[in-house]
Amino acid sequence: MNLLLFGVNHKTAALSLREKLASLIPDLGQTYQSLKAWPELSEVLLYTTCNRVELLGVTEEPEAADVRVRAFFAGHPEITAAALEESFYLRRDQEAVQHLFRVAASLDSMVVGEPQILGQMKAAYRAATEHGATGPILNRLLHKAFSVAKRVRYETGIGDHAVSVSYAAVTLSRKIFGELSGKNVLLLGAGEMAELALEHLRGQGVARITVANRTLSRGVRLAARFQGEAVSLEELEPQLLVADILISSTGADHYLLTRDQVKAVMRRRKQRPLFLIDIAVPRDLDPAINDLDNVYLYNIDDLEEVAEQGLQHRRQEAAKAERMVAAETLKFQDWLATLEAFPTIIALKDKAEAICQAELKKTLSQLGPVTPEQRQALEVLTSSITQKLLHHPIIYLKRNHHLKRPHRELNLVRRLFNLDPDDIDNNSEKN
Amino acid sequence: MAQLFLYLTLAGYFGATLLWLGFFVVQREGYCRWGARVMGGGLAAHTLALIQQTWSVGYLPVSTFGNTLLVFDWTLVAVFLLLNWRYPIKVLGALVAPLAALLVSGALILPQGQGTVSPLLQGFWVTVHISLTLMGYAALALAFLGGIFYLIQERQIKAKKFGFFYRRLPSLSQLDTLNYWCLSIGFPLLTGGIISGSLYAQHTMGRFWSWDPKEILTLLAWLIYAVLLHERLTVGWRGRRAAWLAICGFLVLVCTFVGASLWLTGYHSFGKFLQQP
Repeated sequence: MNLLLFGVNHKTAALSLREKLASLIPDLGQTYQSLKAWPELSEVLLYTTCNRVELLGVTEEPEAADVRVRAFFAGHPEITAAALEESFYLRRDQEAVQHLFRVAASLDSMVVGEPQILGQMKAAYRAATEHGATGPILNRLLHKAFSVAKRVRYETGIGDHAVSVSYAAVTLSRKIFGELSGKNVLLLGAGEMAELALEHLRGQGVARITVANRTLSRGVRLAARFQGEAVSLEELEPQLLVADILISSTGADHYLLTRDQVKAVMRRRKQRPLFLIDIAVPRDLDPAINDLDNVYLYNIDDLEEVAEQGLQHRRQEAAKAERMVAAETLKFQDWLATLEAFPTIIALKDKAEAICQAELKKTLSQLGPVTPEQRQALEVLTSSITQKLLHHPIIYLKRNHHLKRPHRELNLVRRLFNLDPDDIDNNSEKN
Repeated sequence: MAQLFLYLTLAGYFGATLLWLGFFVVQREGYCRWGARVMGGGLAAHTLALIQQTWSVGYLPVSTFGNTLLVFDWTLVAVFLLLNWRYPIKVLGALVAPLAALLVSGALILPQGQGTVSPLLQGFWVTVHISLTLMGYAALALAFLGGIFYLIQERQIKAKKFGFFYRRLPSLSQLDTLNYWCLSIGFPLLTGGIISGSLYAQHTMGRFWSWDPKEILTLLAWLIYAVLLHERLTVGWRGRRAAWLAICGFLVLVCTFVGASLWLTGYHSFGKFLQQP
């Protein structure tokens, strides 16, 4: 039994190739139908995200399965075999387990620690179970992957720090205001980053969004998108009295707000804290504003610095997470190994039982008539001898000491007890 | 017997200290839940110790500096646990628990006073005066601790340098609310303590105010808090300024409590409290 994991991700393949590969799976139901029809794969799971296309399978014939899967992915007319060969990776057994755990724990993501990947994998797994494509091994593996991902999230600080400028603005707001519900946001100007930050803030449940733009029509459109209100730039000061967070991103070539203006506003606000985010270049807000009490001014450079620090922190935490993943991979490997030992253990027990029965029959025929008690005593005797004799070999097999080469160990036991009389020569050649 | 309860209290507070500090460093919820429970256990032992002492001497044991520390410590922990239950700022425990443990140790190390207390200082109103004052101290001590956290956190956000504390400390608004909450409880209690004391002084000695060093310093602290509360309510002093004033006010209170008791003279000092046999 082998685990195989095929795929491409953002590190090995360009977006165009990932898109083409993903387009090979237009309909999951249909795809799983054809995948299940392959005799090489006993269990299979497909998952695609914007950064990866991967297929995980359980197989008894790894070589044949490899050929099949490559042929499947080369099925797209615009994909050349060479391009696929270059970016395709294949992980086996322990490496496959580790890879899966790393993906689920968001260690293999473009932005390490991003939380979406786990949800995407859970959805993919649910779809696979609905189509009956997974079995006992993948079920256990995926549940383990989800629990590892959860542990990584809770026990390391991998998701703690904002790593994008727009999200850094949100985490800072939360450190200043605590809960953001009930807070008012004022947006000056427009721009992609400002809108992204606004989107995040809205996700945190801010009360009211107001957009002030030089061209009112643009402001009205933007306000409509965020269910807010549009005002003109001339109303800036009165609006500042009610706002808590201001995001400024206009194209103005001079400061829209000076220190003295904000100082006057703060007095009228009774010093309620004000968080000013200036993502315009050149800057809209006078940097001296930050000297005022209860006013916090961050410009684009500051926010980028926060995001960079967050990224560094995540990298440090990722090292911890890697250790957890490695430990869990070994544990899973142990479980797989015991799984592999089961047929051998059963064969061993069967053989012992067969010998007992044969010898008992022979002995009983020689002894002549015996009472049922004597017969039972003989049966107990033979079975307890074989059980005691097999006790330690079975324990040994279950623990599977030889983790690196479990097959060799199993083969040794099989040969020692001659469990496969037909291919005894075969085995001796292989090893 | 009281001694045994005190050692249990000490163990409880030290245990809680370890748990809260553990929570502060690794940020795991379980630690702070257990910190509160262990601290509650310590408080129970503390309560028993105080009851036992009160029972044996017949009045609230506040005749020596050590004993008064114990009573203050009890109110501090009680107010903190109350706060933690209604308005949890979990990291505060990381300061309150060690402080509580230190206060109990201090009380155990300080010499136990012997002698009888003047009947003048035994009445019901003296107990009211002392209880109100100590409860006020406890609430204002929490404002002081919250103020320290506020200044650390504010400094990081203003300077845009995020260190060890940034992630572990609560938001500025929570810390500022704590300041307000503690002030609005502590200030009336302190005021009540001063008024009940001066009424009692009028009743027994014929004068409301005798410019005893402790009285002067307390008046100074009271003025600081009065200014803070007034400015908070009218022009919205908050944040850094409120934190600094809460810290200054409490430092003056510490001077009145420790200084007036140990070094200064006057009828408030513990040396005068006991009549030498």
